[in-house]
Amino acid sequence: MRIFLEFEKPVAELEAKIEELRRMVGDDSISVADEVAKLSEKADRQLRTIYGKLTAWQKTQVARHPDRPKASDYISALITDFTPLAGDRAFADDAAVLGGLGRFRGRSVMVLGTEKGSDTESRVKHNFGMAKPEGYRKARRLIELAGRFGIPVLCFVDTSGAYPGIDAEARGQAEAIARSIEACLGAPVPVVAAVIGEGGSGGAVALASGDAVLMLEHAVYSVISPEGCAAILWKDSAQAPAAAEAMRITAEDLKRLKLIDGIIPEPVGGAHRDPQAAIAAIAAAIDAALQPLLKLDGATLISRRRAKFLEMGREALA
Amino acid sequence: MNWLTEYVRPKIRTLFGQRDVPDNLWGQCSACQQMVFNAELDKNLRVCSHCGHHMRVKATQRLSWTFDGGKHTRIDLPKPPVDPLKFRDSKRYVDRLKDYREKTHLDDAIVVAHGTIGGHRAVVAVMSFDFMGGSMGSAVGEGIVAAAKLAVLQDAPLIVFTASGGARMQEGTISLMQMPRTVIATQMVKEKGLPFITVLTDPTTGGVTASFTMLGDIQIAEPGAEIGFAGARVIEQTVREKLPEGFQRSEYLLSHGILDLVVKRAEMNATLGRLIGLLRVKQLDAA
Repeated sequence: MRIFLEFEKPVAELEAKIEELRRMVGDDSISVADEVAKLSEKADRQLRTIYGKLTAWQKTQVARHPDRPKASDYISALITDFTPLAGDRAFADDAAVLGGLGRFRGRSVMVLGTEKGSDTESRVKHNFGMAKPEGYRKARRLIELAGRFGIPVLCFVDTSGAYPGIDAEARGQAEAIARSIEACLGAPVPVVAAVIGEGGSGGAVALASGDAVLMLEHAVYSVISPEGCAAILWKDSAQAPAAAEAMRITAEDLKRLKLIDGIIPEPVGGAHRDPQAAIAAIAAAIDAALQPLLKLDGATLISRRRAKFLEMGREALA
Repeated sequence: MNWLTEYVRPKIRTLFGQRDVPDNLWGQCSACQQMVFNAELDKNLRVCSHCGHHMRVKATQRLSWTFDGGKHTRIDLPKPPVDPLKFRDSKRYVDRLKDYREKTHLDDAIVVAHGTIGGHRAVVAVMSFDFMGGSMGSAVGEGIVAAAKLAVLQDAPLIVFTASGGARMQEGTISLMQMPRTVIATQMVKEKGLPFITVLTDPTTGGVTASFTMLGDIQIAEPGAEIGFAGARVIEQTVREKLPEGFQRSEYLLSHGILDLVVKRAEMNATLGRLIGLLRVKQLDAA
């Protein structure tokens, strides 16, 4: 069963009608085939129109879509010889942060990803993609390991944010995030990050302080959730759509503000409609970002990365 | 570079003692509710004489208490684009900024100065909670970076007094990017062999905690300060448990290994001076 978002309702109705026609009549009926083709075309056109002008809040819904491909989907499709590496060597292994060595197009890479899970069981296992200090400490350990061996780092970012819990605070959530950012910035190897769904605040930037930060077309990257921002500034979390708009969290806006480096196009109707197409697009974009970085030595990478971040914020929207 | 040329001709705004005279003689401690004599409170560095509560203070006050004899030179900070997103909630962000500038006589939520502490040259940045809850946007990020550059230029340690509710939401993802930007500032100071010391004051939360604040070579807090990443209310809603006694307070973080020291306000100058002296062995040997 396909899950439709509220603004996809016209498409949902058309697709339901198509489904109904197909079920009612045998597939040998030509007139039905014509009708189905016509409806399909209409549904496709609708989908294109809707997805051509998604609002920031609608994109937030797409970014959080339960069927949207997760970090683990990209890793299993794009990384061969993937060998997961666990643990922060101090307290625990955090399943919200996937990490390990593998090959991307034949080249050895260190892969990190915040994983939301795709069904109830895996969502609970991965804590809904909300990492604890041990997750960020694992990330830092693996980034440093990659640095020692000259291996590029690829990060798939998809998190509503770092886990807000008593245990996380007690074990130094803030310190763990700060150290992970520090590790990204100090890595003498290329660090390429792709925001594939939600880029939620400090929990996202911990894995996205890289040379190339890419975003899927309908991903969002934000300092606080639209609901959270609305609750604080509008004193009403129902104002989330307005907050999403005002905070400029879409890939397009962030590219204009020069806070990200590239936008990866999604298939019509979002990555969840055609995961294979999304996977292929991400692979091409990561490769294109990685190639020029591979030619640079460690010191050059670090100083260019610094310069890039230090320049941020000089750009204003007209 | 703009701020550097401005720094060569600094505005000297050395402060001796209090500027603001309270209009009433008596105040009330927000912690123990006891009445306190305002003149006495100022003499006590705004620490309650009944319960020892360290009240929130103005950034300019903090500067004069931190440096030897209160003497210091403030530097002008770079001015990034104002309201880059044309942000508006119930009020326009530009109007909000204007109000806070009038109210606090500050440009934004940070001031930077240099002077001596325990006889050692030092650069100090102080965040102001009075200015939009000390929230970190471009201006605060630029302030931290400028302070780091000044420390490198003066071959002096950098000390940052933090006070912040977190990121400046009105600057959207630009405010989030101040996390890596301020982390870069700490790297610039550290790779020159200079000490980076953070002093966490009430409150220090969110993205400010989770970036430069937690990267101090030494991390100090004032007693009883609220310090954390996530807000207590968010945590309570998430875990649906009662938060432990003293949760997210200085002493809690100290016992959990996240801070080096909890230091009373009256002892801050002496402690910082001593630490700088102890750390800067190389410099003293060379001299």
